[in-house]
Amino acid sequence: MKRKYIALPYIIWMTAFIVLPLLFVAYYAFTTSDGAFTFSNVFAIFDSIHIKATLLSLELSLACTVICLLLAYPLALVLRKLDLNNKGFMIVILILPMWMNSILRILALQMILSRNGILNLIFSWFGLGPFEMINTPGAIIFGMVYDFLPYMILPIYNAVMDIDQDLLDAASDLGASKATKLFRVLIPLSKPGIISGITMVFIPSLTSFVIPDVLGGGKIQLLGNVIEQEFITSMNWHLGSGLSFALMIFVVIGLIFSQKQETKDRESRVW
Amino acid sequence: MKKRNLVLMSAMLILTLVAMWGCGNSEPKQQITVFNYGMYIDPAILDQFTAETGIEVLYEEAVTPEELYSKYSSGAIQYDVVCSSEYIIMKLMEDQELQPIDFTQFENIENISDECWAFCATFDEENQYALPYFYGTVGLLYNTEMVSEPPTSWDVLFNGEYAGEIIMQNSMRDSFMIALRYLGYSCNTTNPDELAAARDLLIAQKPDVQAYLVDEARDEMVAENAAIAVVYSGDGILACEYNENLAYVVPEEGSNLWIDCWGISQSCDNPEAVYTFLNYLCCREDIALQNFEYVYYPTPNTAVVAALDEETTSNTALFPPLGSLTNCEVYQLMDEETTALMNEYWKAVKAE
Repeated sequence: MKRKYIALPYIIWMTAFIVLPLLFVAYYAFTTSDGAFTFSNVFAIFDSIHIKATLLSLELSLACTVICLLLAYPLALVLRKLDLNNKGFMIVILILPMWMNSILRILALQMILSRNGILNLIFSWFGLGPFEMINTPGAIIFGMVYDFLPYMILPIYNAVMDIDQDLLDAASDLGASKATKLFRVLIPLSKPGIISGITMVFIPSLTSFVIPDVLGGGKIQLLGNVIEQEFITSMNWHLGSGLSFALMIFVVIGLIFSQKQETKDRESRVW
Repeated sequence: MKKRNLVLMSAMLILTLVAMWGCGNSEPKQQITVFNYGMYIDPAILDQFTAETGIEVLYEEAVTPEELYSKYSSGAIQYDVVCSSEYIIMKLMEDQELQPIDFTQFENIENISDECWAFCATFDEENQYALPYFYGTVGLLYNTEMVSEPPTSWDVLFNGEYAGEIIMQNSMRDSFMIALRYLGYSCNTTNPDELAAARDLLIAQKPDVQAYLVDEARDEMVAENAAIAVVYSGDGILACEYNENLAYVVPEEGSNLWIDCWGISQSCDNPEAVYTFLNYLCCREDIALQNFEYVYYPTPNTAVVAALDEETTSNTALFPPLGSLTNCEVYQLMDEETTALMNEYWKAVKAE
């Protein structure tokens, strides 16, 4: 009996901050301002403007995820080879930026990338530029990668570290080349970490609105920005909730897909 | 058993003493919740006010008018007094969110200029609900070194001459105002064709726009990252102080003339404390002057204007003579259909 009480704080927390807000979103999503039931707010995702924003969001977050993966995986393999002391140090270096507020870091990036910013100043010493870096999709992807990379590195690192060295040695003994070891041993065994990393990078980048706003100069409209505008500027909470709901459906589909990939081996997943 | 009683009793005794000590020391604390835009008050004034009157101020901020309204109407916090743009004040009046203010209880009310009262009367006919705080225009801030000649028209934003050098306001209403005025329409139009024409103009302009910003527009201009930006007059003047290459102009096609006002919420149960606060902040000469020097927007307080030197008051960018801005319009409250349409169109502009 008593054990149940231990769960109480979590139940209160989850009800107040997860379940109730979701119910509110669902309520607003399926009603009009008169309180009548409707699907139109959710199906509004198929309006041409919203489709455009959704596709752009998907495009940028996919690019961000792929870049993060390409950066994180080799790094995890390198970390695996390092001795224990250096390993801890490297991980601290990688997590260090997360100790600072992400919005501050994005604002700092804005200063670095802007036309008379630090990067262009450095280029000018070599007689190059100025380059238009800020207010482009590239700047947004860069900001997202910068912000979310640790979420890719950590689960992959955990997964790669868990792989038994004996398996790799056995593969070598049986004459496997480096490529074979990578594709037949390392990658399959670190799949849970990869999937976890992809999820943890793809979902926040799909829904982000601060990074595109700051680094895109308000010129590039992702679905997150549309939702923000519906809530803040036009005070249409119903449409905003409807679009959020549609976005959640995307996310859930993604989660189901990744759940299927779950292996029965040792868990390296972070969430 | 006895021991426990003793503990309980002494605990009660201590509690009672603490409560009594609290009572004896001061009167019941007065508290007001104030809602305002960011960077729109000299923060030192709040402390001075509390020190002088004993009224505690809980201070809340918002960035844009729309955000302010959303936050206000969500009802999560009971605001006593709110400062916002005239069209949000109109909306709050329409929602019956504001209570009439008894201005006769304000000690220094005569300092507020007649012109501003008349200005407020365009939406608050009897001057019952809104106390003017600051006013100004929307105009062009330009870098004299980067433009071929000083702009006098909104045309510079649309003729392609400054492609990539333009910063627009990331505000639906202001962006449409510019396009509508440039096309010769009223910024309060409800005509869908005129709004569509404005949308097409903004879409056509978008490739030339470097960024849509709000408060950062000023900083970008000071850093010389762009040649021309759409800004509020206060931001424009402040930017000119930081960078002497900058200048501010209200284009000849006319613009928006705005006035930010204080209104007292219907739910405020201590209007006297709020009256004291508003009189202190807006009407009292020394404090209004101190606040003016911090915010640096034109003030409706005539005593403050009289105390300023000639050079400051003759700066027409800072103090636009209200009479001369005949082609400037005050925003009116838009009906729901027009709001929805403009919102749709603004998304279309941003989606390009």
